[in-house]
Amino acid sequence: MTLKTEPNLPEHDVFYARLMAAHDGLSTGESLTLNARLVLLLANHIGDMSVLEDAIATAQQA
Amino acid sequence: MPFDYKPFPFVPPPGLNATEPQHQVIIVGAGPVGLATGLLLAQAGIKAVILEANNVVAMGSRALCWSKRSLEIFARLGIAEKVLAKGVFWETARTRRGTDELFTTDLNPDPGQRMPAFVNLQQYHVETLLIDRIRAEPAIDLRFSNRVEAVEQDDAGVHVYVTTPDGDYGLRADYLIACDSARSAIRTKLGLDMVGTAFEDQFLVADVETDHDLPSGRMFWFDAPFNPGRTSLLHRQPDGLWRVELQIPPDANPEEEALPEQILPKLSLIFPKSELRLDWVSLYRFQCRRLPQFRQGRVFFAGDSAHVMPPFGARAGNGGLQDAVNLSWRLASTIQGQGSAQLLDGYDRERGQATDENLRQAQATARFMAPGSAVERAFRDGLLAMSRNTGFARDWVNTGRLATPGIYPSAGPDDSALPAHTRPGAVAEDAPHGHGWLLDALGGELRLIAINSPVPDVPLPCIEADPNPTVRKHYLGDAARALYLIRPDQVIAARWVDPTPEAITDAVTELWEGRI
Repeated sequence: MTLKTEPNLPEHDVFYARLMAAHDGLSTGESLTLNARLVLLLANHIGDMSVLEDAIATAQQA
Repeated sequence: MPFDYKPFPFVPPPGLNATEPQHQVIIVGAGPVGLATGLLLAQAGIKAVILEANNVVAMGSRALCWSKRSLEIFARLGIAEKVLAKGVFWETARTRRGTDELFTTDLNPDPGQRMPAFVNLQQYHVETLLIDRIRAEPAIDLRFSNRVEAVEQDDAGVHVYVTTPDGDYGLRADYLIACDSARSAIRTKLGLDMVGTAFEDQFLVADVETDHDLPSGRMFWFDAPFNPGRTSLLHRQPDGLWRVELQIPPDANPEEEALPEQILPKLSLIFPKSELRLDWVSLYRFQCRRLPQFRQGRVFFAGDSAHVMPPFGARAGNGGLQDAVNLSWRLASTIQGQGSAQLLDGYDRERGQATDENLRQAQATARFMAPGSAVERAFRDGLLAMSRNTGFARDWVNTGRLATPGIYPSAGPDDSALPAHTRPGAVAEDAPHGHGWLLDALGGELRLIAINSPVPDVPLPCIEADPNPTVRKHYLGDAARALYLIRPDQVIAARWVDPTPEAITDAVTELWEGRI
């Protein structure tokens, strides 16, 4: 499977707002920790090294 | 109960009075790797002289945790019963942060195998057992208080210059194996440098005697109450001893940290209200380094002289024993004229790859235990926080991946219908066999194992394994029958479902030529 980079989450505005809300009131350090936990959880959920490699490369090139 | 470090008597070697004939093998260093190599060579019909600079076994527990594979090797060396009788069995690894238990990992032993996952036994006890075996072995000449001062080699052999309490002498051999520790004198005298990294973090290791009781098993703390902000590790040893490892700040003064008045207050938080007696204290830095080549002409490096790794994960002693089994059959068959020069090169190739894997694992552990930046710490602490309520994070938390033998890359004939984990390059799995065990039946010689398969018409001993559930799981999978070719180090060389006799004899030829 390859990384999906075309639209795939119809409720993206809802998710984005949810993500911002989760960070509301956090210090930079606390946000760093929250983001780290999210990345780890989502990586485990995806469970596909080739998708994850693609995601790291795509994020690095942005 | 403190160990009685009795010095071994010095026996003047014959070389002090007259030139000794050229030996087959000189082993430098009488630690577990050197002693095991000597015994394995003797079992293969090769004579060795072991030169040891000291006159006593290793001070302190040192290599303490012996893996299932090492215990299987101990069985070949004839000391497994005593190791199992004396050692502490453990099957759980607890991980804590502060005063909270994060999770417990079970290292379930395979019910169809003789050996447990791990047994703790101090290095000095293992050395004592090996030395007792060697004393009954006329093919091994073990010389204490014999220090190698110089080494050189030519096309005909290796020459060493040895000092003893009674004077100096020279000694020649066809081959030399350096098992002389991380501070290898042979490595230094040949001008060989290790490559790799040394981490800043320092660790204090202590053997402490107490009557306080805690459960057996590995106990690992992030941010322990008695060592805040750093990692700590606790292991039970035989004789009422415990081994404690404490990470200390990179800039701490090691001599001050090693003082009893510094250590004992920390230990009394682990073992409250009990009398503590410090048996041994040492200090080390995390190191991940190796020699680029484990072979230099007629000189081989095995154990810590070839690779230095941090102790978390039990990779040094267990890896060293795998060096010993990998090298000894290659060297024995080369000396006896059966193996080719390429067979010897296979030692550097296979153990080099295994070392790289061990070093990679050790570096990942070091980084997890001592995060280098705020981001690394966020990921590390994020996993720790999630490990209590999500199963995946427990797997990701890295407190030292415990050593298991890897699978050597192999070009040996294979049949993909058979289970992947017993492909060529893997160590043969143990299984019940008659009234005993399959690995005991294999011993240390080239063998075939037939499962539901006719015994082929080839000049090679063949073990007919009962197709019990363990054998089926490891050796058949969904296949109806199989035939395995097993190397003298109990590594699978080739396997088939329906081989012709020619296919088997070709594989044997290729094995001795070092091509598979």
